[in-house]
Parts: sequence; C-alpha cells; structure tokens
Amino acid sequence: MLWWQNLPFFSIMLCIFSAAVCSVLPRRAARVWAPSVTGIILVMSVLLTAQVRSCGNSFVFTMGHFPAPWGNEIRAGLLEAVAACVFFAIMLLSVIAGGEHLSEDIMPDKQNLYCVTLCLAGAALLVMIYTNDLFTAYVFLEIMTLGACSLIMAQSRGRTLLAATRYMILNLLGSGLFLMGLVLMYGITGHLLMEPLREYIDTVLLKDGLSAPFCMSVALMSTGLAVKSGLFPFHTWLPDSYTYGTPSSAAILSSLVCKGYIFLLIKIFLRVIGMETVRRTGICNVLFVLGAGGILMGSLTAIQQKDIRRMISFSSVAQIGYIYMGIGLGSELGMIGAIFQIFAHGVAKSMLFLSAAGLSRVSGGSGLFHDLRGAGYRCPAAGAAFTVGAFSMTGIPFFGGFIVKVLLSEAAMLAGTFRMTAALLLLAVSAVLNTLYFLKTVITLYRAQDEPAAQGAHVSSAFKWGMCCFIALNMTLGIFSQPVVTAIRMGLSMFD
Amino acid sequence: MKKKNENSRPRRFEKWVVKGSAALDRHLMRELEAGVGEKPFESERIVRREEHREEMRARAWLNERLIYIKLHERMRTKGERRIHAVYMLLATFAVILIIGALLYTVSQMPPSGSPDAPAFNTVAERYIENGLEETGAVNIVAGMILDYRAFDTLGESNVLFLAICSVLLLLRVKLDRKGGVVEGPPGSGEDDLRYEPQDDMILQNLADVLVPFILLLGLYIVFNGHLSPGGGFSGGAVMGAGLILYVNAHGYSGTRRFRLFSYGMFRWATFAALAFYAMSKCYSFFTGANHLKSIVGTGTAGSIFSAGLILPLNICVGFVVAFTMYGFYTLFRKGDF
Repeated sequence: MLWWQNLPFFSIMLCIFSAAVCSVLPRRAARVWAPSVTGIILVMSVLLTAQVRSCGNSFVFTMGHFPAPWGNEIRAGLLEAVAACVFFAIMLLSVIAGGEHLSEDIMPDKQNLYCVTLCLAGAALLVMIYTNDLFTAYVFLEIMTLGACSLIMAQSRGRTLLAATRYMILNLLGSGLFLMGLVLMYGITGHLLMEPLREYIDTVLLKDGLSAPFCMSVALMSTGLAVKSGLFPFHTWLPDSYTYGTPSSAAILSSLVCKGYIFLLIKIFLRVIGMETVRRTGICNVLFVLGAGGILMGSLTAIQQKDIRRMISFSSVAQIGYIYMGIGLGSELGMIGAIFQIFAHGVAKSMLFLSAAGLSRVSGGSGLFHDLRGAGYRCPAAGAAFTVGAFSMTGIPFFGGFIVKVLLSEAAMLAGTFRMTAALLLLAVSAVLNTLYFLKTVITLYRAQDEPAAQGAHVSSAFKWGMCCFIALNMTLGIFSQPVVTAIRMGLSMFD
Repeated sequence: MKKKNENSRPRRFEKWVVKGSAALDRHLMRELEAGVGEKPFESERIVRREEHREEMRARAWLNERLIYIKLHERMRTKGERRIHAVYMLLATFAVILIIGALLYTVSQMPPSGSPDAPAFNTVAERYIENGLEETGAVNIVAGMILDYRAFDTLGESNVLFLAICSVLLLLRVKLDRKGGVVEGPPGSGEDDLRYEPQDDMILQNLADVLVPFILLLGLYIVFNGHLSPGGGFSGGAVMGAGLILYVNAHGYSGTRRFRLFSYGMFRWATFAALAFYAMSKCYSFFTGANHLKSIVGTGTAGSIFSAGLILPLNICVGFVVAFTMYGFYTLFRKGDF
C-alpha cells in the first residue's frame, strides 16, 4: 500500500481524536485547534486529489485486519477526494470568517463544546464521503444529525431552540426511514459493504425482476436522505434552522451537512443499486418531480421574505431542488450537473450566509431589507461577496451557477421530449425568479441611504479575508470549471 | 467524636429500630406543637424566595398560555379550519398507505430464522466459526463489534460523546462552590431534588446495600465482556444506573464527597477513554490495512487477559457510557455535576 492511500484514514481519525482533545482544551486553544485541524485535513485532501489523479485508480482501505464482507472499509477515488477538498475549504473559511460572531453568540465556557461538535461533524462528513459500508454510513449519519442539531442550538435563544427541536424531529424521522431501508436491504441480501452488496443484487436479486422489499428498501433510503437534506415537501425544518443559528453554523449546515447526505445518496445509487436499476424502480421520476416542486416553491417563498437570511434559506430549498432534478434526469450528464451543483451551491451559499451576517452587523444587527439599504458601502467586502454569490445563484456566466445550468440543460436535451420540456421550462422560470429576489437584494445593498445608519459596529479583518477567499473560490470554480467537470466525470467512472 | 457517632445514620437507624415508631410520633408531636407544620421554613428569607419563585412560575405559565392561544387563534377562520381538516385527512390517508405498503413488504421478506435466509451467508459463517481464533474473544458479539467491525463501534461511542456534549451545550449552567449560578438565565441551576423527601431512610439504607453490588456487577460485565455476554455498553449502563440510585438516595452532597464527580473529572475521564480508544484503534486499523504485524496478540482464549484490544476497549466504552448516563441525569435535574 502506498503512503498516500493512508490519507483518508488519517484524516478521519484526526477529526475523531481532535474532538476528544477539544473537550479538555481551554477555550482559546480549542478555538485555534478546530480550524487548524480543518486546515490540515484540507491539505491532506489536496495531496490525495493530486495523487489519485496521477494514479488514475480508486483504492480500498481496510479498517482492521479483515477484508471486504467481514470488516469495515473505506474507499477513495477522485470524486471523493475532490469533494473532501471543497467541503473542508468551505468549513475552514466558514469557521474563520464567522469567528467573531461565534465569540459573541456562544457563551465563553461552551465554545470548546462547539469545537467538539465541529470536529465530529467534520469526521461524519469525511466518513460519508469515503465510506464503503452502509452501516458505517448510518452510524456517522447519526453523528451528523446530532452535531448539526447542537450547531444550531449552540446559541441558546428561544428561536434557535425551537428551530433545533424542529430539526431534530424531522431529521430523526429521516434517520429512522434510512435505517428501516438498511434493515430491509440487509434482510434480503445479507451484506452491508457496498461491493458485495452490488454483486449480490446484480447476480441474485435482480434475476427474477424487482421484488417488493428491494423497491421498498431503495425508496425508504432515498426518502430518509431526502428528508434530511431538505427536499421540497420535507423542507419545513430548513428555514428556521438556517436563519436563527450563528452564521458559521448556518453556512456549515447549508453547504456541508445537507450536501453530505446527498453525496451519500448518490453513492448508494451509483455504487450499491446501480443507476439502471434506480431508473427501473421509478424513483428517479419522483425525485425529478419533487426537485421541480422545490425549485418553484423555494423561489416563490423566497420572494415574499423580508429578512435577508430567511430569503437565502428559502433559496437553498430551490437550489437543492436543482440537485435532485439533476439526479432525477437519470443520466450521467445529469449526475455530473447535480454534483457540480453540490460544489457550486456549497461554495456560494456559505458565502451568502456569512456575508449576510456581516451586512446586518454593520446595519445595527437587523436583517430586514429596509435596514440594509446602503450596507454594501458600509462593509465593501461583504457587499462584494453577496453580489458574487447572487450572480452565481442567478446563473450569470463566469460563475458556478451558470455551469450548473449549462450542464443540466445539456442533460435535459438528451432525456426525452417530456423531461426536456419540463426541465428547460423550470430552468427558465427559476432563472427569472432567482433574478427577481437576488438582484433586488443587491440593488437594495447599493442604494443610497436616506439617513446615516447606526455607526460603531465594524467587521473584523478575519471576516474580510475570509470573504476575499470565498470570492476567489467562487470565481475559480466558475471560470476554471472544466478541470472540475473532468474530475467529476473521472471520479464517476471510478465508481464502477 | 462521640457526638458525631450519635448522629450518624447507622446510630439513627438503630435508635429508630430499637425505640420503634413511638419516638417518631413524639418527634412529630413536638414539631406540630412548635408550629412547624404551619410554617415549613424557618427563615423569612426562604419564604420570600419561595413566594417569588411561585410568582415567576405563574407568570411563565400565563405566558405559555398566551402563546398557545395566539397560535390557535390563527386557525379560527373558517377557511383555515377547513384546510386543517383536509390536511389531517390527507395525513391520515398517507400514514395508512405507508403502513399498508410496509406490511406488504414484510410479508414478502424471507421468513425470519429460516436457514435459507440470505443473512446466513459466508459473513455470519466466518464470524461464528473463526471468531474465537481470529479475535480471541469467547463472546462472539464482542469480537464482532470490537474487532471485525470496530470502526462502527468507534462511531457509536462518539455518538454518545456527542450526545453528552450537546446536552452540556444546552443545559449546563456554571455553578460556584455553594451551588449559586455564576452565569445563565435566572431560575437555572435550581436543584429540584430539594422538592423531594430528604433523607428517606428506607431508600438510603437500601441504596447503601445495593449500590456496591450494582457497581461491582457493572464492572464484572465490563471486564468479562470478551468472555461472557455483556461488554462496555451494557456494563456501563448498569454502573450508570447504580450511580443514579446513589444520587437519589443521598443527594449531590453525597456524590460530591468523592472528587470523581465533578465537571473537570468528567471531562478528563471521557477524554482519556476516547483518546485511548481512538489511538489504539488507529494503530490497529493502520497495521491491518498496511499488512503489518500488530504487536497485540490474542492470548489464550478464556483467560481474563486475552482477546487483544477488546478488554481495554470495553473498559473505555464502559466508562464513557456510565459517565454519559450519570451526566444526562444530573444535567437534566440541575444543570451541573
């Protein structure tokens, strides 16, 4: 085994170990430790990406002395490595840029507990990316749920507690459905690891057509993960938890936690069940329709909002709709579009949440649009970041969102008349709606203010630097999209 | 020295047994004559505090009531009530549909316990036939969760750790030495054991007899986890239950006498257990994946020091579970250790 094949394993264990360390460190040390660990993992993931790319093959890492059907395994290919890079870059920037808000929002003696949560959420994210075992995925899905819940309620106010309760109830429902699907799958196959499972499904289970338990299991797992990632009719937990948590939590929840679940779903579809079989079960159609509903309802609700963070939350519902629409198209191109959307939306949405927090900070702590007039002049970094994020979300060329729309419409063209019409119509309508609410906000931010706003609140230099890095990351993803798309395509081909 | 002995619990208990209930009756009569019955608290200050609390509670209740009314006022218009009714109807229909689908699915599953079920394959076969030889654990379940699939169990113990961290994040209020609140919202940090009967002699004496045995049983389950049914999770739960029983009988002053039960101690013990767990499994996974020789052997099957890492890992898990259970209990009752 080559040295770099140990990197995914070490990054997971480092996260788990540093969670335990953070619980005993003093507050300041923990606040330094957690971002540094994130940074180290980012460096390790970049190294891994370079090595996997030059080697051109995925590899399996046995967790212990026992090989595939008996022991746990993790697996890494190009797609996993790239996902880890993007996710941990977002996490690092979110924690750094939101640091000032963290110090204010969370009681001092609880900040190291927040760092514990952060490390364990990172570990869960890594495991969901790398795992080759469905039950390991479930265990770390639980960690992710609990971690996300305490990220929301770390700032103990009435609204956050309500949001966390709501989050907990719906997400536990999602976990329960996923577990039921997993149990059914184990009952009819007797395997938990992905490769033996795929082999058994292909050779034995599908010989005499689709059986009811198999379809039910796939449906339960998809529904569970859809509930947890906030797909349209199950999105009711989403706006509150994104709006009232501390900005770093909102950024991490919207860009990483949700995306981790979707990544796991894609992995299950492609590696365990096989896209051909998924199409045959008809789940693609359901996901397509729900994704379409999410795009419309999310945008329509976002237009009605008066609070900037609430508007961004509802726009998340719409953007997650895009991802599920891409998966629902059922083709390779649609999948590439969905995965690119995971990255592009993750990078843009975390930036939007943090810049919105910065903008309301210089506007006397209010997030209402009429208080935000001229906020772009009071905090230029946050204003620029919000503008870039808004351009990306509306799909203007040279930004990430544009590439997603190109990929999705390309996939739609090849998907048959009905789907093509539906998908293209949706893309058109949602482009108009996105423009309506995002550009309206940008114009509000740069309107001349009538009276001088409350002075005194400034943003820290860490926030400004974080915003600059976020802008750079977004522009890079938008302008140099071709290498990323190629990497996703290569990574998907490594899945089989 | 003598005076101290006079009031010790065994002495009081002895007096109670010897003199019978007549002594208790006399005590009660004396208290009634002194007017304690009408005024349960000696000091005016405590009375005022209680009244203030009562008032706060009433106000909080009124607030809650108002919010409730406000929420339900929204449903007063006819159209909204109709929508609500349709929603309930649809929800019921959906739930019945899902129940039906799941029941149908279960009827199509391979019968449970049948030898032809797909779950009885090479995986289970190797666990049962080679488990003892490969892991050194007589208890196959322990071998499975702490050796074959140890990564999942590492995740599970971190779920518990994260759960207690979340509860700490949510409920912990910083208390000073005397039990006053240092920071936190007003009304937090109230020790609700105060409202329960104090010094319940039956409970205390039973707890004194039972708790050592419960703790011993817990330790036995943990230490013998690789040889007999049990292990860290079940043993830890037993130990946690024993500690909770002791707190119920003697109050927090009873447990605080041991320096073990403080927030600092809790943090360091959990840290030690989890860090050891992570490090040792890191070593084991690393050697396994890179096909290196591990220095941890399996030992003689059946002896207490065997089965490699399973015994120390069971101990770690046991401590984490016991502390988590005790921590949940105290945090939910008063917000600190």
